Order: sequence, then C-alpha cells, then structure tokens
Amino acid sequence: MASTTPIDTPPAPPAPPAGRSSSSTGRAGDKIFAGLSSGSGILLLVIMASIAGFLTYRAANAISQDHGNFLTTFDWNPSGNPPVFGIAVLLFGTVVSSIIAMVIAVPIAVGIALFISHYAPRRLAAPLAYVVDLLAAVPSIIYGIWGALVLVPYLGGLNIWLDQYFSWTYIFDQTQPGVARNMLTVGILLAIMILPIVTSVSREVFLQVPRMNEEAALALGATRWEVIRLSVLPFGRSGVISASMLGLGRALGETMAVATVLSPNYLISLHLLDPGGGTFAQNIAAKFDEANPLGRDALIASGLVLFILTLLVNSAARLIIARRKEYSGANA
Amino acid sequence: MKLLRKNGLRATALGALAVSGALVLTACGSDDNTDASSTPTKSDTATSAVCKDAKGQLLASGSSAQKNAMDLWVKNYMATCSGVQVNYKSSSSGEGIVAFNQGTVGFAGSDSALKPEEVADSKKVCKDGGQGINLPMVGGPIAIGYHLEGVDSLVLDAPTLAKIFDSKIKNWDDAAIKKLNPDAKLPNKPIQAFHRSEDSGTTQNLGKYLSATAASDWKYEPEKKWPAPGGQAASGSSGVATQVKQVDGSIGYFELSYATSQSISTVKLDTGASAPVEATSENASKAIAAAKIKGTGNDLALDLDYTTKADGAYPIVLVTYEIACDKGNNPATLATVKSFLTYTASADGQKVLSEAGYAPIPEEINKKVQETVASLS
Repeated sequence: MASTTPIDTPPAPPAPPAGRSSSSTGRAGDKIFAGLSSGSGILLLVIMASIAGFLTYRAANAISQDHGNFLTTFDWNPSGNPPVFGIAVLLFGTVVSSIIAMVIAVPIAVGIALFISHYAPRRLAAPLAYVVDLLAAVPSIIYGIWGALVLVPYLGGLNIWLDQYFSWTYIFDQTQPGVARNMLTVGILLAIMILPIVTSVSREVFLQVPRMNEEAALALGATRWEVIRLSVLPFGRSGVISASMLGLGRALGETMAVATVLSPNYLISLHLLDPGGGTFAQNIAAKFDEANPLGRDALIASGLVLFILTLLVNSAARLIIARRKEYSGANA
Repeated sequence: MKLLRKNGLRATALGALAVSGALVLTACGSDDNTDASSTPTKSDTATSAVCKDAKGQLLASGSSAQKNAMDLWVKNYMATCSGVQVNYKSSSSGEGIVAFNQGTVGFAGSDSALKPEEVADSKKVCKDGGQGINLPMVGGPIAIGYHLEGVDSLVLDAPTLAKIFDSKIKNWDDAAIKKLNPDAKLPNKPIQAFHRSEDSGTTQNLGKYLSATAASDWKYEPEKKWPAPGGQAASGSSGVATQVKQVDGSIGYFELSYATSQSISTVKLDTGASAPVEATSENASKAIAAAKIKGTGNDLALDLDYTTKADGAYPIVLVTYEIACDKGNNPATLATVKSFLTYTASADGQKVLSEAGYAPIPEEINKKVQETVASLS
C-alpha cells in the first residue's frame, strides 16, 4: 500500500493550483496569496523533513550502540551494561491496543452517526451531534484519570466474567489475576477517545448521500433500514474508512491516557486480560524523565518508528479516499 | 460530483481539524517544578543559616528522591539569606551528575555515589587537582506499603518479601506469611505486587536490600530498572502509592512520606532483631548509623549495612548525596555552596528532615559531613 502512495497521490494535489494559476489575471492580491500558500506548503514540508531528520540522526546514534536487535529484542534497558533495547513489545502493544479500539469504536460510531443523520428527530440530532463532538475536546489526561479511577476498578468484574466464560478463546484467558490495568482496558479507553472523530466524520458523510438515491430507494418500496443498507452505507463507505483511519491515528499516538491506565511490562502476550505490554507513546512518557543520554536517544528511535507507522496509516487513508472518489455511488 | 467534492473537502477539513486538535490535546504534560516558596516571610523559622559572603543565584540539579527535603531547605535558607536565590531542579540523579560534570551547577544531588568514571570526569571541572565528592545529606526509609482489608498489622521478612515481589508467593494466606503473622486473619486473596515502571533509585535500593539479605530468593542484580517478571507496574512513587491505596490485596514500595500522607499501612520487617521493625524516620537513622564510610579522603560515600540486626534499625533505606568539588569549586558560587550545605548539614537542617518523612544522617557521619563542607575550597 505504501509503495503505491507516491504514484497515486501526487497527481491529485498539484492539479487544482495549476488550473488556477493559468487563469490568474496577474493581480497583486492573487500573487501574494499564491506566494503565501505555496510558502506555507513548503514550510510544512521543511518542518516535517527536519523532524524526520532530527529523529533519524538521534535514532542512528542510539541504534549503533544497541547490543540487542532493535526490532526483535524483548527488553528496554538502555542504561544497562551493555545497553540492550528493542521495540518489539512496543510495536505489538501499540498495534494491538489500536486494533481493540477500532473493533469497538467503529461499529458504535457508525451506529451513532446513522442515528443522528437518519433516525433521530431533528430537535434531538443537533444537540446529540454537539455532545459527541464535545468529547473530542476533553484532554487526554482527563480520560487517563477517569480511566484509572473509574474504568479500571469497574472493568475488574468484566475481566472475571470474560475469563470465566470465554477463557477458551485464549485471548480472554486470564493467567495473572489482578487489577484490570491491561491491554483490553487500554483498548476500551482508546475506543471512547476516538469515538467523536469517527462519529462526526461519518455523520458528515452520511448527510451527504444524494437525496435522489434515498428517495429512489424509498419509491421502490424499501424500508428505512434497506435505504441505509442499499444507498447510505455504500455511498459512505470511503468516508467511514477515512474517518476510522483518523481515529486510528489518534489511538496509535495516545500517550497520557495509556500511561495512567496500563501496567507497563516488557512482554508480548495475547492474553488481553493480563497486565503488561506497552505502547510507543506510553513508553516515551514513562521513561523520559529518568533516562540517561543514550536512553533518550533510544526513546527517540522508538519515536521514529511511531512516526513512520503514523505516516503509513495516514497515507493509507489518503490513498483509500483518493481511490474511492472515482468509484463512489455519485459517479455511477 | 459537485456534492461529492464539497463533501470530501469538508470531510478532510474536519479530519484535519480533528487531527490537529488531537495533536494539540495530546501534547500536554508539562512538569511544574516551581514551588510555592516565593513568600519567605516566615520569620518564625529562624534558621541557623550563616550567610557570610553568599550571594546571587545558586543552581543545583539532581535526584528527585530528595526533592521535598530540598524544597524545605531552600525555603528556610532563603528566608534567612534573602540575597541568595537557590534553584534546585529535581530531575534525576544521572542528569544532576551530568550537569555537575559540565560545570553548569554549583552542586548535584544523587541517590547513588559517583562511579569511578564520573569521578574522572569531574576532575575537568574541579580545578587545582580537586574532584567530585559525595556528601551524604538526606536519608529516608523505603516503606513497604500494603492494603489488605481486615489486617492492620503485617510482619514480613526479607525472604518472604523477595518471594512476594518475585511472584513466588501468590496468595495472602500462604504458609510463609501465616508463620510470620500467627494472629492475623489472612484472607484467601491473590497478592498484587506493584513496582515502579520507570528507572528509579528506590527500586535499586530495594534490590540491594533484597540481594543482601535474601540472596537465595532474589537472584537479580540491583538495578534502577525493575528486574523481576510479573507483578504490576505504576509510574513514580506516587503512582505506586495510589494503586496500593486503591487496590485491596496489594503491596508496593515507596518513600515513607507517601505512606503517611495517604495513610497507607506499612509492613514491619522481621530483621532478626528482638522485635519487628517499623518504617519510621528514627528507625531508618539507626540503620544508616550502621553504615561504613567507603569513600577515601574527603569522599564520604556510604556502604550501607542492609543485614543489620540492631534493635529498631529499619534496613531498607535510601541515602542521597550532595556532590561538590573538594577543591577548585567555581569561585563565583563557592561561598554560596558552602553556606547552603553548611545549613543543610547543620543540626537545624537535619532536624527538618524527619518532618518531611526523611531520616536525618546519624550524628557521627554528619559530623564528618560538616567538617568536609567547612573544608570545601
């Protein structure tokens, strides 16, 4: 997917400016505006490149002193002698917690979006949409505190229940009973945090479904659910996917909420109810204070991996949107 | 088509807004180290600080384990010597030592003594053939806090403690714990052991204690990083204390002040003395008194005796040092460093410590610290 990004995306953005500049009448305002916008575009690229350069420079320094394999080592001990650290656990934890968050959040978000756009009475829809959007404005540390003080004790019971009836699934087998400071809790918290983004973008997309499509379906005798299934969902699919990717981007980089809720431990386990694991952002936040100079570089190296991961997810999202544009229902 | 473009534009705009919003929101977490000590009007704490030629600004940096003590000292000192501004940045011991060896601070705070290579580095900063020396200034007990409904008093010994933290003993009604607490009603409940998630001098000192007293049950090197698998982790002493406070059936370790401020019960240690020892400032001082000075010359690095069986000596202790040059200190700050450290090592300065949950350095060692501080040049 990543390899096709450069081929697919560049033709799209340059097209509109080219068209506009050719029709420019050469007025001063146009020139200034064109200069300003291309200037800020270039500035953005320069900033991104310098961030990448800084990360790569410091990361190279750390990786050259690593006595383990940076990709596969299950340990993080840059202050040890010899220093040994690797990102395997962090990569695993980041991906697993984000997947749990997506699995929970996306169906709920689509449901809320459909309810607001197609089922709720208009008087209820607007305030409801507003409330969901407000969730996005709550700082992540507040989610973290709420998670640690309310969600964690509350989920203890769910953990026991899951372990009792679903331990045969392996992932819900709790081998180390205890407080629910585990990947599942992190996933649930992240799901709540990404809900507003996914919901509001999906709702926006569902509201854009051509009225004619819906009316045509209704005229053919479709029920409201059939209208949604046959016209709203197919039309909105690309929008929902890009909304989910935006949510995923947030889940991948979430720091403080994960740091307060998770019991970090350097191990990889698919037992979601066992404490342990870690994510890139959480690890950086937790280890930065007491890290020695090499430790900081090592954390920056792990940050570089997160940077790349987020970049991949975002370009994948752009790619899907760009590709879907041509095949979406409106053109048919 | 038109509709779609508008939709796409709006969706991306919304998305961009959401992402930038998320970025802004996640970029929080600044650490405010400024203290509310800006009102040095307290004349009732007339200290014995001698200001002499002390003046201007004194920068210091290092261990966060002595932060609360340092805050008190700075407040009291500046109340007397109003012409001096002391700034102690509590970061970490490692950072303090790096700053000291770069010559950017007057002295550093550290929870472990200088390593040989750090002493070698310090010779570049200390002129006239001087070098960095360790001055033990703050002691403190590391309490083992627990939370177990129905059990008000709990006695443990080193091997049991090692097995609990190594997940070998998993239940509160284990025979080993029962044997030490014949009168307690121990419930059949899993033990949840909490440790620090980040590197910490507290972890290292507990490790030193366990490997000195229970070598067969604790086979890990005493490191700043928590070595044993299993158990749950929390960030910082405050994080561990919060979890212990919250979770029934839990046990964890932190500086005593966290236990007293959150009223968490602490474990009494069966050290082999006539009675189990409680974690108090006084008992910690008694254990530090058993320490030997292992530093040579002016260096007063301590060799703590973790295996002490003296009555009332609580052996899980942390000693933090102030690090300065014995000779060739920066002439611009020398007078201030001397004046400030003279105060912290004075009887008055040490007395303040027990109020903050720390332990004063025992008199015999403290006398040497005072002499050494007076000889700094």
